Amino acid sequence: MASLILRRRRPLCRALSPNPNPRIPLASSSSASSSSSSSSSGGEEERARAREERKGSSASIEKILVANRGEIACRVARTARRLGIRAVAVYSDADRGALHVRSADEAVRIGPAPARSSYLCASAIVDAALRTGAQAIHPGYGFLSESAEFAQLCEAEGLTFIGPPASAIRDMGDKSASKRIMGAAGVPLVPGYHGDEQDIEFLKNEAENIGYPIMIKPTHGGGGKGMRIVHRPEDFVDSVLSAQREAAASFGVNTILLEKYITQPRHVEVQVFGDKHGNAIYLYERDCSLQRRHQKIIEEAPAPNVTGEFRSRLGEAAVSAAKAVGYHNAGTVEFIMDTLSGQFYFMEMNTRLQVEHPVTEMIVGQDLVEWQIRVANGEPLPLTQEQVPLNGHSFEARIYAENVPRGFLPATGTLHHYRPVPVTPTVRVETGVEEGDTVSMHYDPMIAKLVVWGETRNAALVKLKSCLLNFQIAGLPTNIGFLQGLAGHWAFERGLVETHFIEHHKSDLLVDSAEKLTEEASNAAKLGATLVAACICEKEYITSGESLPCGDNLLSLWYTHPPFRMHHRAKRVLELEWDKELDGLCNELLQLAITYQSDGSYSITIEDSNSPALDVKAVHIRNNYFRVEAGGLHMNVTLASYSKDSSTHIHIWHGEHHHHYRQTVKFDQPSDDVSHSKPSFETSSHPKGTVLAPMAGLVVKVLVEDGASVEEGQPVLVLEAMKMEHVVKSPRAGFVDGLKVTPGQQVFDTSVLFTVKEK
Amino acid sequence: MLRALLARRPWRRPQPRRSPAAALLSSAVLPDGVDRSSAAFAGNSAAAADLVSHLHSQIAKVLGGGGAEAVKRNRGRGKLLPRERIDRMIDPGSGFLELSQLAGYELYEESLPSGGIITGMGPIHGRLCMFVANDPTTKGGTYYPITVKKHLRAQEIASECKLPCIYLVDSGGANLPRQAEVFPDRDNFGRIFYNQAKMSSDGIPQIALVLGSCTAGGAYIPAMADESVIVKGNGTIFLAGPPLVKAATGEEVSAEDLGGASLHCKISGVSDHFAEDEFHALVIGRNIVKNLHMAGRRPNSSPKFSFDYKEPLYDVKELHSIAPTDQKQPFDIRSVIARIVDGSEFDEFKKLYGTTLVTGFARICGQPVGIIGNNGILFTESALKGCHFIELCSQRNIPLIFLQNITGFMVGSKSEASGIAKAGAKMVMAVSCAKVPKITLIVGGSFGAGNYGMCGRAYSPNFLFLWPTARISVMGGNQAAGVLAQIERNNKKRQGIEWTKDEEESFKGRVVEAYEREGSPYYSTARLWDDGIIDPSDTRKVLSLCLSASVKPTPEETKYGVFRM
Repeated sequence: MASLILRRRRPLCRALSPNPNPRIPLASSSSASSSSSSSSSGGEEERARAREERKGSSASIEKILVANRGEIACRVARTARRLGIRAVAVYSDADRGALHVRSADEAVRIGPAPARSSYLCASAIVDAALRTGAQAIHPGYGFLSESAEFAQLCEAEGLTFIGPPASAIRDMGDKSASKRIMGAAGVPLVPGYHGDEQDIEFLKNEAENIGYPIMIKPTHGGGGKGMRIVHRPEDFVDSVLSAQREAAASFGVNTILLEKYITQPRHVEVQVFGDKHGNAIYLYERDCSLQRRHQKIIEEAPAPNVTGEFRSRLGEAAVSAAKAVGYHNAGTVEFIMDTLSGQFYFMEMNTRLQVEHPVTEMIVGQDLVEWQIRVANGEPLPLTQEQVPLNGHSFEARIYAENVPRGFLPATGTLHHYRPVPVTPTVRVETGVEEGDTVSMHYDPMIAKLVVWGETRNAALVKLKSCLLNFQIAGLPTNIGFLQGLAGHWAFERGLVETHFIEHHKSDLLVDSAEKLTEEASNAAKLGATLVAACICEKEYITSGESLPCGDNLLSLWYTHPPFRMHHRAKRVLELEWDKELDGLCNELLQLAITYQSDGSYSITIEDSNSPALDVKAVHIRNNYFRVEAGGLHMNVTLASYSKDSSTHIHIWHGEHHHHYRQTVKFDQPSDDVSHSKPSFETSSHPKGTVLAPMAGLVVKVLVEDGASVEEGQPVLVLEAMKMEHVVKSPRAGFVDGLKVTPGQQVFDTSVLFTVKEK
Repeated sequence: MLRALLARRPWRRPQPRRSPAAALLSSAVLPDGVDRSSAAFAGNSAAAADLVSHLHSQIAKVLGGGGAEAVKRNRGRGKLLPRERIDRMIDPGSGFLELSQLAGYELYEESLPSGGIITGMGPIHGRLCMFVANDPTTKGGTYYPITVKKHLRAQEIASECKLPCIYLVDSGGANLPRQAEVFPDRDNFGRIFYNQAKMSSDGIPQIALVLGSCTAGGAYIPAMADESVIVKGNGTIFLAGPPLVKAATGEEVSAEDLGGASLHCKISGVSDHFAEDEFHALVIGRNIVKNLHMAGRRPNSSPKFSFDYKEPLYDVKELHSIAPTDQKQPFDIRSVIARIVDGSEFDEFKKLYGTTLVTGFARICGQPVGIIGNNGILFTESALKGCHFIELCSQRNIPLIFLQNITGFMVGSKSEASGIAKAGAKMVMAVSCAKVPKITLIVGGSFGAGNYGMCGRAYSPNFLFLWPTARISVMGGNQAAGVLAQIERNNKKRQGIEWTKDEEESFKGRVVEAYEREGSPYYSTARLWDDGIIDPSDTRKVLSLCLSASVKPTPEETKYGVFRM
């Protein structure tokens, strides 16, 4: 497996410095290598001299290159700017116009879209730093943040790596090694196998010894990628192979370890910080138990339902873990807490700033990126352990572009409407996108992090819920509705969190099918459609009046409210397709009959519905904002509309609801081609047995040949998108027909992959 | 409401603020003029309520088209009703001024709602257009005599006001049993195509959307159009349908192959645009108008009117209670004017002279108008005053509004001696020749030569509307009965036949009844003697729309004939 990866990568990248680990090649993009290879030997000498100068300098950092993208790149640059430090951004071709690039003082292109040839390409990033004269590199999280080689390369080039020493990264990056070190330091460990032996039969034997269920984890990396839980011995081999494949693709290393799988665990992690003077403190813990697909979605600090005594025990264990590897800068020690026994075990140490670091910042009132920079400058920690405050409670909700009903599959698309909640001292929105940006398939589909703070957990939770209600995104499916469900769940309100929370409360959190939608939900959607209709009429009336030719002002008499009709009231019919799950899969057609009333209001009825006519008055405030009055209730609503797939999409946020409707545009652009009569968006017409790509992605493996006979549920091919693997299975028994995709080929959302025909 | 809206319009320029002194010098504001506590007011209100609700119930019937069954059949073919087609063509949220909704009312034995055709004006992409839409649910959209008349009237308005014509064609052609009244005469079926040709030559766009069948003579509507659209499946154009073709030549061919959208767009070239369905056709139709650019455009120098206008001071709904149903009851036409014009401001001309005719200047939704209203019988002086005022307005290019409530010119020796025939002739001369937009509204009686002098239908006002209280005839029923009875009595006397009092009364009764029936606004509107009966409370709105449609940006020079002095 490893050799395969080497073969794939070698032509792309070239190592710049002696590689400490021959198994892990250092990446360098072709563009970057071309610039460096062009330099003459005289250039090399000059460069070496400059390198030594940089190393000798003890001056503070004045310019930082942020080797990342998205919200974290924006966030690091923000603190840097506040400290008077200039920030340089890097970007791949896919991010040319991204927010972190637009908002940076300087930005350097580092390669094509795939991460392995841009954001994972160490030499290109180091070159960018040298080119722009940055003295330090902040790696953010993910990508190269936990690459010891990268940290070493930075140091070798005389650049300050804002993070822990390379040795600590290496010690902690190898999960098996880290556990050995922790075990020696007396930190409790989960039973498991952390050895080097990777023979599959041996591993299977170890698994039997530990006892099922077993957790398979890559020895490198994090974020849930490449992790597998195996309940039965017969599934073990397949799971190991797929975990290795995913690990190799994500982290470049395919070794795995085994652990006992704890059935009711909590994920509690401690923020630690060390300086170069041997000091290390903890900044309390975070509970990150709310996860789906092994990825965190709601985090909080401090952990709920935990005693002060437990808190300090946990914190001290974390500090001793950090000290055991001579740690400095920001780090996180993850523990698994067995809710049944109350015992905690060391899981791993993340040698970087975590995604969820803001919740810690909120409760301790510190800027951790500032701390990172100061520590990197060689300053001592700003606070001692006793001085670290613990104020209130903070939540973070991660807003993802993803398809919740389709098993949280990552989604791509354009943010046609993007209105995060307003930022206040107690509400933070960490985002790397703006309205009009796209979420591409190349990187993590996180859109934003919503961080709130309150005096108590309850106060913070109230704020979290209201912010989620007002967080408006349209254009692609998001998990906002799901997060609302989580935040409002009774068990979460009581702090009864655990890693299987979502799995256990699935029936409350996920609506299986449209039939289960309550009448209440249906009525809310109908009200939403009614309000949409009134707002559309109001907006159209204003727009047609404004678009009149200026010379002919007499015409304005024809655009009065209500529109004039002789002896009757103007009426119109509006057809809105209600998208029940905000994912475009389950629709209901609503026919609205609108009658313009003499007082400027609209009397609206929904055909084939028992609800009586509703009188709605709509006042356009500005842009997408309206004030509506319906049945004596006044409220502000927001409308967003955009065109996609020959439909007009309309979103409305009203009260506690967000609804999505579609209006089919009939022949917006008349076609001269008579034969072109089938609307292109029609997908339901595929014959039975047709398998569509569940998402846009890359085909990594084709498991059967075209024409082969398959059983129902048999894997046919493997897709990779957003660095997650997805197995496409046969929907029924038969033989595969029309399978034309090959490994390495890009496929698009809902494109036909193959058909399974009956024998 | 309107002003609030206009305040948002980007082109509105700030009006210079009036100084207090200027306020003193500003237009005369009419008094209320209505005694709400009077018995007459209450009586009129009650009577008017009956009249208006009767009107609305009649309109509600015709809005249903050719009945539920026919409408259902129509929908089954993927077709909309003609008014729905128009609603989808005009700009969203814009107004539509429908004309002669009650054409054909009780005119034929069978009912013919709206005369089988819908006409009216509305804007598309900011261009005011005239719509002529067949109603396929009434007698297959065939042309009865009144259908032809209504179609021609719409073309007449379009031609006069230079409005692009949109023909929404869905008709079986001429109504064969009535061919003698439909086909041969000057103002019959053929005139439709003559008008299309003439308007096209005047640069007035002619656009046809073939949404249904378009047979025989009807085929010339799209063929004569500047641009035409045809709908796949529903639209057909042919001179003779499949049955007639089989009878004539023996050829057996389907309607679609004979004259469907594919044939006409790909092979014959009779139609220019292929529409997938009716909605598509309506979208194409809108696009055609969008691309008209300057065709048929009025000259650029659109007059700059004040758009910071005021609404009348008094409730327009009270217009219901002003005109009495009993023609003998007089009322002050100024109380009507006060509820039509901006700010109820009316600058009267020659107020103290010829007081039975009220003349003066005002504005309706910012547009300047000269108003001529009756306040009693026309005398010599009133006719001279009217003549003078018409001359003023035509010289100043101010549109004229006639508010008719006239029993006629004064009769009698004194009147004849004063030369009232001469004075009336002057007024008729002035009305006939004045080249300014003219709009006539009959609020009460419209009798005899009064109808002429006050710009009746024969004087081609741009628009003519009735209130439900209108009566139109050569003279009053009682007067006619009296005159006819006198002649009859003389005849009988000559023949030596005795005529009893009872016989005379029954004779008179028959005459009165006939005049009553034929003087009714429904009798008039059924025959297209007018452009429709309006709700009095819509008066200001309708007048303002008609004025905006008929505005003449560059004055046309008026040339009068010989005035008898």
